[in-house]
Amino acid sequence: MSQGNAAAEPAEAARKSGGNLERALRQGHFAVTAELGPPRGWDAAFVRKKAQILKGWVDAANVTDNQAAVVHMSSIATGLLMIEEGLEPIIQMTCRDRNRLAMQSDLLGAAAHGVHNLLCLSGDHQSKGDHPGAKNVHDIDSIQLVAMVRAMRDENHYQNGRDIPGGGPRLFIGAAANPFADPAGMRPYRLRKKAQAGADFIQTQLVYDVPRFREFMKKVVDLGAHERVAILAGVGPLKSPGMARHLRLNVPGMAVPESLDARLEAAVKGIAGDDKTARSTAWREEGKRICVELIQEIREIEGVAGVHIMAIEWEEAVPEIVKAAGLRSGTQG
Amino acid sequence: MIVAEKKPLDAIARMLDGCGRVLAVGCGTCVTVCFSGGGKEVATLAASLRMKRRMEEGKPLEVTEAMVQRQCEWEYLEPLAEQIKEYDAVLSLGCGVGVQTLAERFPATRILPALDTLFMGLPSAQGVWEERCQGCGACVLDKTGGICPVSRCAKQLFNGPCGGSQNGRCEVDAALPCAWHMIWERAEALGMTESLMAIEAPKDWATSRDGGPRRMVRDDLRLPAEQGQEGGE
Repeated sequence: MSQGNAAAEPAEAARKSGGNLERALRQGHFAVTAELGPPRGWDAAFVRKKAQILKGWVDAANVTDNQAAVVHMSSIATGLLMIEEGLEPIIQMTCRDRNRLAMQSDLLGAAAHGVHNLLCLSGDHQSKGDHPGAKNVHDIDSIQLVAMVRAMRDENHYQNGRDIPGGGPRLFIGAAANPFADPAGMRPYRLRKKAQAGADFIQTQLVYDVPRFREFMKKVVDLGAHERVAILAGVGPLKSPGMARHLRLNVPGMAVPESLDARLEAAVKGIAGDDKTARSTAWREEGKRICVELIQEIREIEGVAGVHIMAIEWEEAVPEIVKAAGLRSGTQG
Repeated sequence: MIVAEKKPLDAIARMLDGCGRVLAVGCGTCVTVCFSGGGKEVATLAASLRMKRRMEEGKPLEVTEAMVQRQCEWEYLEPLAEQIKEYDAVLSLGCGVGVQTLAERFPATRILPALDTLFMGLPSAQGVWEERCQGCGACVLDKTGGICPVSRCAKQLFNGPCGGSQNGRCEVDAALPCAWHMIWERAEALGMTESLMAIEAPKDWATSRDGGPRRMVRDDLRLPAEQGQEGGE
């Protein structure tokens, strides 16, 4: 959508959601989103503080839904606190924890409170989280969730086909894509399938391997999927060489070139091994620099409409990265 | 077949606390084939229980060994009808269906499970069994190249793999193959990838366990006097 093919801005009534993210993309801005991880307890001040860090620097921020299958404050409740702070939330919703009844009622409630964006996810498996004995739901899958919410919004009916009194919730619908997961051959088609189901935007898994991402995007562009859906590439600052290794070795579907470990190692040359604070600072500075360079490279790839900056439990890094990458702070800025 | 495995010996022994005479009943069908509840396993378990009772409590536990061809049908249980009254409890080495069939046929007797019933599956290698079917009541294998996304995908996805599939393995456990990886490769081999492009609508889980305990009625097979008495199709 930022590729110069955005149509003239439609009348307010034609908007899907009325939110910032949709407006930024419609206006052809290179969109910037970030991530706000809810607390593991019920500390509202924690959320407000993070929201203030991100406010003004991003078009909207994702709120994770029991990320890593670990119990956190509800994504919708966290999103409401963000709205109070003036930061537009993208509510993440997994198919792991709710059936179609719970999903629809939660979305009606979220919309009533002014939520404009939803990201539809399968969800990390509960065996990886803090309640491995939980029963999972998976009543519908992420693509079916996209299609259900699109029909609620555009056709004003529930998943069962019956009318929603007063019309469906006005949500801008997102989905995820992992360019580095297998089977590689199916990935571009799966992204297109999400677009066909009704996704308005896609946020990708963290991109560290730009050549592989470029190859993926070429296929997506060849399929024409980028014309139906705005694709935001996932990026994130590395905190240490250990984090790079952990992502590469322990997180399925992640591609992190070993050259990045070497670059981070080089950043602490000359710093005493026992000066942990100085080493950590040097790594983080280099991590941010790498992230900025990645954004600049990714920005040039055809079909990329924005970036999604995932600085996990390091929201402070986002404003610096946005500024250093020369990105607009979007419509909230 | 129905695949089951023996419960830990301690757990079985605890169930038998206070019992002096026990009838251990194996089953000659699925659990014999998966080496959990056949004649050999009945004999081994009986010997272990006798020895455990003697060593730990210094008194004997009488365990009689028995086999039926199929614990999951009442008529196969008839040979047990006379002797069963002599026992304090029956230890079933059948699947969960076998345990319940015994309990229904012999309501006056305590029936105890010696096995944990795991799944419907097949032996995939010597000593390895894998799940293949969850009995969802609406088979989709025609659409997925004969590979079941309900029983073999950890997230029961119907429209392709999640982001955790890598090198053909599932994010839940590297020992598990990713069902969607297999579905995709199979579709490629058969030249049928186009069939995976359509968006599969939400499944109607009413035919699965979600619709409540299930039953099947075949009116054409019912006794003449009972035909048409209920809503079979």
